[in-house]
Amino acid sequence: MTGTIFDIMRFAINDGPGIRTTVFLKGCPLHCLWCHNPESIAPKKEIFIRESRCIRCGSCFEICPNHAIARQSGRYVTIRETCQECGECLEVCYADAREIVGREVTTGELMQEIERDRVFYDQSAGGVTFSGGEPLFQHEFLLSVLQTCRERGIHTTVDTTGFSSPAVIDSVARWTDLFLYDLKLMDGERHKRFTGVSNELILSNLKRLVENGSAVVVRMPLIPSVNSDRENLRALGTFVANLRMVREINVLPYHATGVEKYARLGKEYPLTDVEPPSWERVHDAVNELKRFFDNVTIGG
Amino acid sequence: MTERVRKLREQSLSAIPRISTERALLATEAMESAGMVSAPVRRAMAFRHILLNKTICINEGELIVGERGPAPKATPTYPELCCHSLQDLEILNTREKVSFRVDDETRTAYRDRFIPAWHGRTVREKIFEEMTDEWKACFDAGIFTEFMEQRAPGHTVLDDKIYRNGMLDFRRKIDESLGKLDFHADPTAFARQEELKAMAISADALVRFAERHADALRDLAAQERDASRKAELARMEEICRRVPAHPPRTFHEALQAYWFVHLGVITELNPWDAFNPGRLDQHLLPFYQAGIADGSLTPDSAKELLECLWVKFNNQPAPPKVGVTAAESSTYTDFATINSGGLRPDGSDGVNEVTHLVLDVIDEMRLVQPSSNIQLSRKNPDEFLKHALRIVRKGWGQPSIFNADMVVEELLRQGKSVEDARNGGTSGCVETGAFGKESYILTGYFNIPKVLEITLNDGVDPRTGKRIGLETGPADSFGDFEQLFDAFRRQMAHFIDIKMRGNQVIERIYADFMPVPFLSILIDDCIAGGKDYNAGGARYNTNYIQGVGIGTTTDSLAAIRRHVFENRTMTVPDLRKSLASDFARDERLRLLLLNKSPKYGNDDDEADGLMRRVFDTFHDCVNGRPNTKGGVYRINLLPTTCHIYFGSVTGALPDGRKAWTPLSEGISPVQGADRRGPTAVLRSAGKMDHVRTGGTLLNQKFTPSVLDGEKGIDNLAHLVRGYFTMGGHHVQFNVVSAQTLREAQRKPEEYRDLIVRVAGYSDYFCDLSKTLQDEIIARTEHSAL
Ligand code: SF4
Ligand code: SF4
Repeated sequence: MTGTIFDIMRFAINDGPGIRTTVFLKGCPLHCLWCHNPESIAPKKEIFIRESRCIRCGSCFEICPNHAIARQSGRYVTIRETCQECGECLEVCYADAREIVGREVTTGELMQEIERDRVFYDQSAGGVTFSGGEPLFQHEFLLSVLQTCRERGIHTTVDTTGFSSPAVIDSVARWTDLFLYDLKLMDGERHKRFTGVSNELILSNLKRLVENGSAVVVRMPLIPSVNSDRENLRALGTFVANLRMVREINVLPYHATGVEKYARLGKEYPLTDVEPPSWERVHDAVNELKRFFDNVTIGG
Repeated sequence: MTERVRKLREQSLSAIPRISTERALLATEAMESAGMVSAPVRRAMAFRHILLNKTICINEGELIVGERGPAPKATPTYPELCCHSLQDLEILNTREKVSFRVDDETRTAYRDRFIPAWHGRTVREKIFEEMTDEWKACFDAGIFTEFMEQRAPGHTVLDDKIYRNGMLDFRRKIDESLGKLDFHADPTAFARQEELKAMAISADALVRFAERHADALRDLAAQERDASRKAELARMEEICRRVPAHPPRTFHEALQAYWFVHLGVITELNPWDAFNPGRLDQHLLPFYQAGIADGSLTPDSAKELLECLWVKFNNQPAPPKVGVTAAESSTYTDFATINSGGLRPDGSDGVNEVTHLVLDVIDEMRLVQPSSNIQLSRKNPDEFLKHALRIVRKGWGQPSIFNADMVVEELLRQGKSVEDARNGGTSGCVETGAFGKESYILTGYFNIPKVLEITLNDGVDPRTGKRIGLETGPADSFGDFEQLFDAFRRQMAHFIDIKMRGNQVIERIYADFMPVPFLSILIDDCIAGGKDYNAGGARYNTNYIQGVGIGTTTDSLAAIRRHVFENRTMTVPDLRKSLASDFARDERLRLLLLNKSPKYGNDDDEADGLMRRVFDTFHDCVNGRPNTKGGVYRINLLPTTCHIYFGSVTGALPDGRKAWTPLSEGISPVQGADRRGPTAVLRSAGKMDHVRTGGTLLNQKFTPSVLDGEKGIDNLAHLVRGYFTMGGHHVQFNVVSAQTLREAQRKPEEYRDLIVRVAGYSDYFCDLSKTLQDEIIARTEHSAL
């Protein structure tokens, strides 16, 4: 079984209990405007370019078999439409300015990486977290890794948008110890506007998970002028409270760290006019949520 | 903190370090008046002369008395080992960092009295006279350093014997040993007799020294108007009449007894790492419990007493070196280290009430001296670790954390008894020792990357063009990586041989010319054997050579293997040309080496496997070879600040490191080479076989955000426990943002109190050289997701 991942982050301390390794799976059906992992969205490989590292040696230009690199007044510009993501330019780019995001791994290979920090999972009651992208997007691969983790006694967390068929949710839930479940906007229209999809499926899947006894922490990215209004907070708080068995709402204040990554992908950052929320704003939001639901934390 | 302690601490912090001529003068007088006596007796008489005539200093409000100099931070010199030149004094007086004030009187005394008197009679001169030309060539090239050219062997720590025995008890034991001498059967009987006589003189001298304090306290009490201080002074007088002649009975007496002993050791000579009470929490527990039970002590009064002792440590800066340069700033820290926690001799959990009290003292006092560490066993409760980590998080680098179970294992491997091992701990930076029973001498740092540099140049040091190594063949002729590695191994063996030959001679110079009869009283089994500490009298005698730059060496070898021998993207001549020019026209090639090679510190089995080979090579060259004291050589991997000096004499290297920049530090990865976070670093370091060392040093730097809240403490605790599960020896944390450090560099006046972990010790950031500051800033900041 193989899947496409774009990163593995060790010593992840904000993605579930203890010290964890977070595996980022590539591909996501949503297009949230604030996404800080823009390289996670497309299922296919992409080329990442760190302009600031480039020493303009021209080696990539010379080697590219697909003529996807052009020379423009001393600079080397990659024509993304032509690039085949073959990776040949990476080898000769000694400055490490070029990277192919997305690599195929087998279940076995991925498990080997996950096992590396086993000693720290054991110490901290940590484990592995699957994030993305949307990990359910590659659910067959995800399932095979989850099952292997269960066999080997490694705690698993799935960080999901919940946008998936109920059948997939059910099968994944069987092998998952904890869900980090993203809830962004309660208003269906606005949800579609900001993420590209409706939230109906997301809300019903959350309900389904909780009712079937899965452990769930709700995560809410707090984005000024998108979802930090009182109305949304109230609706979200009430919804979660009514589900009863959700463990925690974890508020993640928006930060603009993704901007740099958009540039590396040659994309425009869509949310340029949004500032990170102030501390007061975050606390106001937390207090508002707490009117409906007790266990609200700030994380991320 | 009580008002008293606050004042004493403030005084200690604001006292200006200066050179005191008192000891030099008394030592000179003793030397000049010495008659036909043996070396130990001559040394004991000098010791007595100093203690009987030096100024007695009692500071206002203090509860523990005794200063090494005439006043706090008035720092003595040791002309019998090495005598400062006028130029040295000038540099010490004027240099920006770690300066010592020198007044005109001192200059005159040096010019007219000490320099002429000691010319041709110092240990340092003797050492350089005896060293071979090849030794000197390697020393000058920066292949190794020599610890004993300026300071005496010390590197030892006290156990609990002074809490059970007074000097009079030791006198009795000395007399017993004298009584047992058999002049018919034992050809060394006379030598033993002289040594034992010297010990007796020294023991008496310390008692007299304490009595002189008692007399001074009596006089002060007579003049004192304040009734409560008057009573205090009277009590202190009584204590100084009791200890160290007799064993202490109370907590206060125990601390005062230790302090007199400490002063004795650091007055006799200037031994490395000063001296050290070791497992203070264990030793003090019975006194603490008795005091609490009979009401004579409260947790607060015990803490105040401990804090008074802390001030005493801070009042004694490390004696300044000779042959100093303005650039080389060294440190005021003298490396005394308090051990807390660990195991008891019976193998049970050693954490007790005093352990937590000591941790509170460390936290409140925030002094660079004494340094502190915890000995963490799997048997110790997490609460103990977390208490320490809450202090660590404050970001001034203390306490550092040791794996007590591994320390025991290291000592057992060396053949110590299980009790001696459990009574052991670590001192100096990270060195393992059996407290009260072992002489574990660090003989010098060894520049491993330099050996590789010389291997690539067929035995020639490219910096000077001198041939100092073997002719192992031009590097261009190596057909494969194994040939290169074999040449590297042979060069290493060659340089270790040169270093060890020097060590054997220096060891005898100290044994024959500079015995330490007072220190010998304190370390088993010097009295029983009638043998000096410096001559092999200790129960265990271990010598160390400390390897520096294992990360740099590993990465350099990995890069060569990858690019020259596997991918063949470059040839050896190409590589050598680039290195020779410090990559002047070849930034691209440097980036290849830097970015496209396996690097130690990323849990990459290929790089880490090479690290193990480098480790084995160094280990096999050193480990198990005999010294002259009946013990053997072993290895340590720690740099203190030597990776900077060694870097400054080492040209560009195949890992992409530019010439003259610092080498990797301890067993930490090359600065910036670790890109997979702290768990990957710990995993890489965990692949080293720590048990075959006498200490390794691993530095981890975190920004404060990773350590927020209780969860942050938990994370840190789990990292420590995880690393120790893998057999790690030591880890220490720097918790500070690079931004703060840069700010401190710009505005030193605002950050005078900023303490950072440097190597095995902490120091004031503003006292560090610019290079060292830059290096600390550059150490990878591990930040979480
Ligand atoms: S990945 Fe391949 S096609 Fe794309 S720019 Fe590099 S060499 Fe050309
Ligand atoms: S190979 Fe790398 S450094 Fe050279 S021009 Fe291309 S992107 Fe820039």
